[in-house]
Amino acid sequence: MRIAEAWRVALDALRANRLRSALTMLGVIIGVASVVLLVAIGTGTKQKVEQQVEGLGSNLLLVVPGRIEVGNAPVVSPLTLKDVDAVTRVVGDPDRVAVTVASGATARAGARSDFTTVQGVLETTPTVFTRSLARGRYLTGTDVDTSRRVAVLGDSVARALFPDRDPLGQQVALAGVRFRVIGVFAPLGQSLGVDRDDEVHVPVTAAQRLWGTQRVDGIAVKAPDRERIDELGERIVAELNRRHPDTEFSAVTQQQILGVLGDILGVLTGVLAAIAGISLLVGGVGVSNIMLVSVRERTREIGLRKAVGARPRDIGVQFLLEAVLLTTIGGLTGMALGVGTAVLVDALSPIPAAITWWSLALAFGVSAVVGIVFGVVPAQRAGRLDPVVALRTE
Amino acid sequence: MTGGPPAIEAVDVSRTYQLDGVSVEALRGVTLVVQPGDYVALVGPSGSGKSTLMHLLGGLDRPTGGRLVIGGRDVNALAPPELATLRNETIGFVFQAFHLLPRTSAVENVALPLVYRGVPARQRRARAAAMLGRVGLGHRLDHRPNQMSGGEQQRVAIARALVTEPTVLLADEPTGNLDSVTGAAVLELLERLNAESGVALVMVTHDQEVAARAQRRITMRDGVVVADSDAPPASHDRPPSVDHGRPATLVPAPSAEPRSASGSGPGHPSGGSGGAAGATGRLPREADPGQPGAEPPEGVA
Repeated sequence: MRIAEAWRVALDALRANRLRSALTMLGVIIGVASVVLLVAIGTGTKQKVEQQVEGLGSNLLLVVPGRIEVGNAPVVSPLTLKDVDAVTRVVGDPDRVAVTVASGATARAGARSDFTTVQGVLETTPTVFTRSLARGRYLTGTDVDTSRRVAVLGDSVARALFPDRDPLGQQVALAGVRFRVIGVFAPLGQSLGVDRDDEVHVPVTAAQRLWGTQRVDGIAVKAPDRERIDELGERIVAELNRRHPDTEFSAVTQQQILGVLGDILGVLTGVLAAIAGISLLVGGVGVSNIMLVSVRERTREIGLRKAVGARPRDIGVQFLLEAVLLTTIGGLTGMALGVGTAVLVDALSPIPAAITWWSLALAFGVSAVVGIVFGVVPAQRAGRLDPVVALRTE
Repeated sequence: MTGGPPAIEAVDVSRTYQLDGVSVEALRGVTLVVQPGDYVALVGPSGSGKSTLMHLLGGLDRPTGGRLVIGGRDVNALAPPELATLRNETIGFVFQAFHLLPRTSAVENVALPLVYRGVPARQRRARAAAMLGRVGLGHRLDHRPNQMSGGEQQRVAIARALVTEPTVLLADEPTGNLDSVTGAAVLELLERLNAESGVALVMVTHDQEVAARAQRRITMRDGVVVADSDAPPASHDRPPSVDHGRPATLVPAPSAEPRSASGSGPGHPSGGSGGAAGATGRLPREADPGQPGAEPPEGVA
């Protein structure tokens, strides 16, 4: 009952000073909205990256020379197709092994040209990685065995070279050597700012001949199941180490890549949320400030209430509720604003944003706590006012 | 002492303020008893300690010396929340400046003390409306203070003071902000309620005419009671007169003289304890209400 009265009085007080209440709330609104928005962007980015890594195919094992660590210089690969055969023996199924030897090259068709990445691959690539074609066919075992000069174009390359023609059956010059286009990939889109459709696949044998090398940059293996993926990686690395004693090899799984990326993005999200949290804190200080003003303004009212029997706690609760009301109304508005902005950002910009329930619950909880923390001091001050002094205040 | 317990009993009560390290004695040993149904005017010059005494009698403040018992409870033994409850149950306040809550209807203003008593909302409204009817404002329930005249506002304040059925109504210059006609009407209302309900009425006033109407007059000066006298009998019924100069306020009445029946609460015909307070020896000596005394720190509104 007294609580009901306290709510009523608190609402009334906020209504009596609409502009002041709104401005005070604005601090909280901005703080909560930025927390919600930045967490949404962090979460959205993380989700998108995870999707893309998962989209590479499941149970992938990437084997590369050197140690995968930040700051390590790339190592020139000592791997050749003979090593690929050895790995295939370890795996036991040639359909599960893919390779790449990649290099930048200029692709030309008629008067048009496009600088792109040429990848020498095996015919297994669409099976190991999840890739699908929009048109034509992919490379075959025969193409690879006979070093046939055929190419499958990424979507961007196809558009750049053949904007108004069907690329199938056309000739493309890669680093000056002519290849025949046999297929075009379905588009993949962007990933972390990289155009994943800007590539050309040719038989690994043809690519090696093109650049005059025997090397293979990396080997990808699709493990039969997730449980034995680490063990398989160890066996492959052991076999490669046996063949190349003076080179280190690494086998990484999608889970490891996701873990590393997740950690980085998690820290980033946390930092963004903390920065936004500071503005929420500033908003809380504003609430505290306004509550002190409110207590001073209503000193006579406090004196009167005390005279007719309000206990110190009754007065304190009344002002505490006023502060909590300020921050929770501000918090709810801020949440709405943050969610709205996040939806707009997600829809209208390349930045992904995803709302999570926990971030909304957290933002609301924090705004209520801010109200309590920053309302306690003014409320206590109000509760302890000497009624005689309060009544005499003009 | 033939009646029940006194409403308020003050024995050698003093109140000292500490201001910037200097002790200021606002009250220096006041002894008095207020019986249920009393009608007391508290007079004295600015700074005489009337306001301080009113605050103490109302439980808004606590004495620094002596013993003060309100409604049978020793004020110095009560923590602030208990003192608040005691005020709620025992005392009604009427202030010179009305002290109504703005943006709040008359009926809600009157119901405010019931909020802190924990009375359910519906009952609060019913009781507040009934009380407003008793002060003649039954048609003004939902008006706000700024929609009412000063006299009406003071009536609302009186209704608020009485809605809890207190034993003592403390009125601090209740007519001070009103014109003479409105003031007289408010005064008559207070006197009628005093007579009807038996609530003791203790009124601080500067106005000798007003003071003259009280059944008993307590004159203060320099923090002590210099005179505590029963006024002439049946003062309620007399129209305000101008012939009561200050000497009248100073005439000590015989302590044994019984009070007028109209002003006494039921079962308290004796003025024994009030008379005892009057007989504490602080008699007219140097009493001159017009002469400025030492200003206590709180000043007088």
